[in-house]
Amino acid sequence: MWKYLAPLAGFLVLAVAFYFGLHRNPSVIPSPLIGKPAPEFSLPELRDPARQVSTADYRGKMYLLNVWATWCVGCRQEHETLVEIARSSPVPIVGLNWKDDREAALSWLDQLGNPYVANAFDAEGLVAIDWGVYGAPETFLVGADGRVLYKHVAPMTMDVWRTEFEPRLVPTATSTGASR
Amino acid sequence: MRAILAALLLAAGLLAHAIDTESFEDPRLQARYQKLTSELRCLQCQSESIAESNALLASDLRRQVRKMLEEGRSDDEIRKFMTDRYGDFVLYRPPLAPRTWLLWFAPALLLGVGGIVAWRVVAQRTRLLATDPDEPEEGDRA
Repeated sequence: MWKYLAPLAGFLVLAVAFYFGLHRNPSVIPSPLIGKPAPEFSLPELRDPARQVSTADYRGKMYLLNVWATWCVGCRQEHETLVEIARSSPVPIVGLNWKDDREAALSWLDQLGNPYVANAFDAEGLVAIDWGVYGAPETFLVGADGRVLYKHVAPMTMDVWRTEFEPRLVPTATSTGASR
Repeated sequence: MRAILAALLLAAGLLAHAIDTESFEDPRLQARYQKLTSELRCLQCQSESIAESNALLASDLRRQVRKMLEEGRSDDEIRKFMTDRYGDFVLYRPPLAPRTWLLWFAPALLLGVGGIVAWRVVAQRTRLLATDPDEPEEGDRA
């Protein structure tokens, strides 16, 4: 009897494994940074290079770090969603403008609206390496204790925002973006 | 005509090497650089190493490897730098640790299981043949 059941059991195990394998997205790689302190940085601001944007500015606050660039199609796609989130949520969105052209980035913000409280201009892509960025757009949620709580790889949608980000927000830890 | 063809072929060869490979004065550093970059996966284009890839991120990571080599960091330090940021996935040769035992030993395990099954089938058949050579072989139908 087992002679007939064993192959069937083997088949079922494989079928289940493959079924779940089919629904996994191989381009999403889990970040080793989750739960760890967010990498520190201090970079010139996009519009005002004399000013520095640094992780120290957000100590004790919950914030989003959104990695974007004007050469990135997915960033264009998610931009309206970010503007909507900036309007409706108290969490400040810090931009990391990744290997981009300063002029192009500024005119993008002027034309499409600016959801960011500040934008760090990462021309060399060194900060992006520290954050383990491997493609734009990527959005990190950093907690008030300075730890990375969540990372979303792919354009932000309202659906992702509601299901993955909002449940992780702590109302007391968020402060209304002062310079928005 | 032949000269033109030869020139075209040479030009094609030049184009094929368009990826900006970093070069070192010290041949030992060069060798370590080549080994490291060919063992690090480009996460933007997952089936290529950062040595082969033309992606933006790959060239940034090549520059990072070069910088760390010149600072005198060890291969392990460079690998740790990468896995701290990108996870084990960045390594084409995953580390041997309890969580990767299944990955490393699954082939041996499967070979062992297959061997035991094959051995049992053969043993059963020889027993059948020895006891009753006229009976049709049971094992064939399974």
